[in-house]
Amino acid sequence: MDDFELIEVANGFEALRILPREKVDLVLTDINMPDINGLELVSFVRNNPLYKDTPLIIISTEGSKRDREKGLALGANAYLVKPFRPEELQQLVAELLN
Amino acid sequence: MSDQAIDDFLAESEELLDKLNQDLAELGDGAASGQVNPDLLNGIFRDAHSIKGLSGMFGFDDVAELSHHLENLLDHLRMGKVDLSEDLLTCLFDTLAGVAGLIRGKADDPEFTQDVSAYLSRIEQLLTSSPDASDYPFSELNIDPALLDVLTEYEEHRLHENLKQGKYLYLIKVAFSLMTFDTELVDLTEMLKGCGEVISTLPGVDNDNPEMLTFQILCGADVKTAELKSLLNFENLAIDVVFGCAGAGAEESEPEPKTFPVAASKFDGEQSLRASSSAEVPAPIIEKTVADLKLQGEPRKLTEAGAGNDDGSARSFTSTVRVDISKLDYLMTIVGELALAKGLIAQLCNEVLTAGLPVARDLEKAVHALERRLNDLQAGVMDVRMVPVRQLFDKMNRIIRRMAQELGKKVKLNIQGGDTELDKLIVEDLADPLMHIIRNALDHGIEPPSERLKIGKPESGTISLIASQKGNHVVIEVRDDGKGIDPEVLRTKGIEMGLISADMHLNRQDLFGLLFHPGFSTREEVSEYSGRGVGMDVVKSNISALSGMIDMSSEVGKGTVMSLTLPITLAIIKALVVRVKGIDYAIPLNSVLETLMLEPGMLQTIEGREVMELRQQTLSLLRIDRLFSLQGREDTGNQFVVVVGFADKRMGIVVDELRGQQDVVIKSLGKALDFVKGIAGAADLGNQKTILVLDVSDLMGEILQREGGLGV
Repeated sequence: MDDFELIEVANGFEALRILPREKVDLVLTDINMPDINGLELVSFVRNNPLYKDTPLIIISTEGSKRDREKGLALGANAYLVKPFRPEELQQLVAELLN
Repeated sequence: MSDQAIDDFLAESEELLDKLNQDLAELGDGAASGQVNPDLLNGIFRDAHSIKGLSGMFGFDDVAELSHHLENLLDHLRMGKVDLSEDLLTCLFDTLAGVAGLIRGKADDPEFTQDVSAYLSRIEQLLTSSPDASDYPFSELNIDPALLDVLTEYEEHRLHENLKQGKYLYLIKVAFSLMTFDTELVDLTEMLKGCGEVISTLPGVDNDNPEMLTFQILCGADVKTAELKSLLNFENLAIDVVFGCAGAGAEESEPEPKTFPVAASKFDGEQSLRASSSAEVPAPIIEKTVADLKLQGEPRKLTEAGAGNDDGSARSFTSTVRVDISKLDYLMTIVGELALAKGLIAQLCNEVLTAGLPVARDLEKAVHALERRLNDLQAGVMDVRMVPVRQLFDKMNRIIRRMAQELGKKVKLNIQGGDTELDKLIVEDLADPLMHIIRNALDHGIEPPSERLKIGKPESGTISLIASQKGNHVVIEVRDDGKGIDPEVLRTKGIEMGLISADMHLNRQDLFGLLFHPGFSTREEVSEYSGRGVGMDVVKSNISALSGMIDMSSEVGKGTVMSLTLPITLAIIKALVVRVKGIDYAIPLNSVLETLMLEPGMLQTIEGREVMELRQQTLSLLRIDRLFSLQGREDTGNQFVVVVGFADKRMGIVVDELRGQQDVVIKSLGKALDFVKGIAGAADLGNQKTILVLDVSDLMGEILQREGGLGV
């Protein structure tokens, strides 16, 4: 479980930049971000032939149930509601990668 | 938890709180004029969220809970689920003050807590009042449903808002190279923000060219299609009209076909040239960072220059280092002592020069070089201590808002010169006196709205905070457009209180001076804010403690101006060293206007006071030897007059000898000698000699008092 390499980016733009440069096995994203929101990122990933199969987890706040559902409809594999325990994330990542 | 950890928490949360206060004030101003900037509101929401996260991380659950509710209220506000009423704004300010109070409490004792239930129930109450929620049906829009699918709830709300406000809605389709898209997109977004609001930005890929990214930007704007087109000077850009009210958009231009100018078609020669040439541009830092970081096992953080708009990240958004002011004081002391050491070396150098030693010239050059660098160092350290007075002014904003509400008055705050810089320590010590002056202005100055309307003034009063730099001083003015102060009322009150006699000849300025007398108050009833008669004398002594001066002018019916004149810094000063009766004193150079030789015949005596004529003006003279009762031999040589000025006052100090200029670090004499008048402190001259530094503003007050005035 420990040999993950984590690439942290600060916003949607950086994510767009990094996706073609790195082999990303899984994307974790928040929904409310400036410039490009999480849903837009999900749509981008799912509509791009290069990474359309990359597993995607949405992290959202308790209040944004609707956004979460939209994310799943757009093709996100799972979501986590803040606050969550690290083990929940670990388990979800393990499920999606294996 | 370590003290360091708590300090970090305090420093970071204070920064956030300051910014929140400032932004809330801006939001309030916007709301008053019917303009709420969604970006600003979003920023406030995110900062409240950051405070919650930060306090949660440090285990301060009470802070986290209160800021969670604050965030929740802000979330409702930005989603349009509650209206931005005056009540709500006040609640936001108060809750923020509650958060600040909790955090301040933790500074003294990490276990400190407070009951926050009153704040919570107030927020709860506001959340239950929901505004008119009639939404536009999106089905009427000329838009691809896929685009609506990626809108977050917030963005949907913004779309509704734009429709409600009758904006034109456009979908802008554009393609940028993967290498440069972010800067180009930021440019485009900025342009759009100039004439409207960007609601959402959907990225996509260009299937024909993997080096290109496409974007569909949904935005609301006030301008018509043709105008928007002329504003957006980008290649590969197309504009669709999604919604144009009253057919205005359609009249002027046909909606364009929904295709990507680049994506759908093959590149023409020029475009591919452009694309490939931009592909050769080396990618900024990011690639390198990735390569460098690959070697490390830890989580990698990608940094990128210019990526300012981050969110959901723990990275700080400024490249600022927070430093405890005592560390800067220490540095400043060292710099001061270095300056003294340099003085000694320069003196030795002179001796070497006189002795005619061959190394003298080189030594002199070296001393000059040292002096220049030392000056740079001193200026550098000084600069670090400087903070803009805006920080202070913004704090006042909240106080004014709350007070105005409780006093039932309407008032606008006008801030000018917020970028003027002052020593951090002075800014800190200025908060209380400034607050007091503002309270007085609000309580005594500004009239109730009904009274203002009756006398033809605008319903809202205005309080202006104006800062400006004048040489080595900063002048801060507090102006109000209230009822002003009648000097004759002060005279009557002064006579009543036995401070002055009825036959005393006092001018306007003297009468205003009464206000600064301990216990002086003209107000019959006492309000929570002012009118207790303690105040202006305390304000005056606080300002004096900062080597500053307070002045006032007022016109009945028009308003009052209080102006504070303060030195830019207290840390290190240039001083003129003078000798009187064999004893050396330092006079801060920033208050020295000129020096002249006292020639026979210049001296005049009026009513037993020594004065001299200086350019058609009468200048009062002060003899330090008399003031301090110095015994010692009578100097028979020439005497000098040091003309000092503070604010608009002038006086001359008679001395026996001018010894030269020197940098000095003023040290306080300590509490035990606090009562000594006219002395600002002591300074070390570097040759094991300690001298007293004269307090010019204090001496000035002294001489004015002796002249029969009350000396403001």
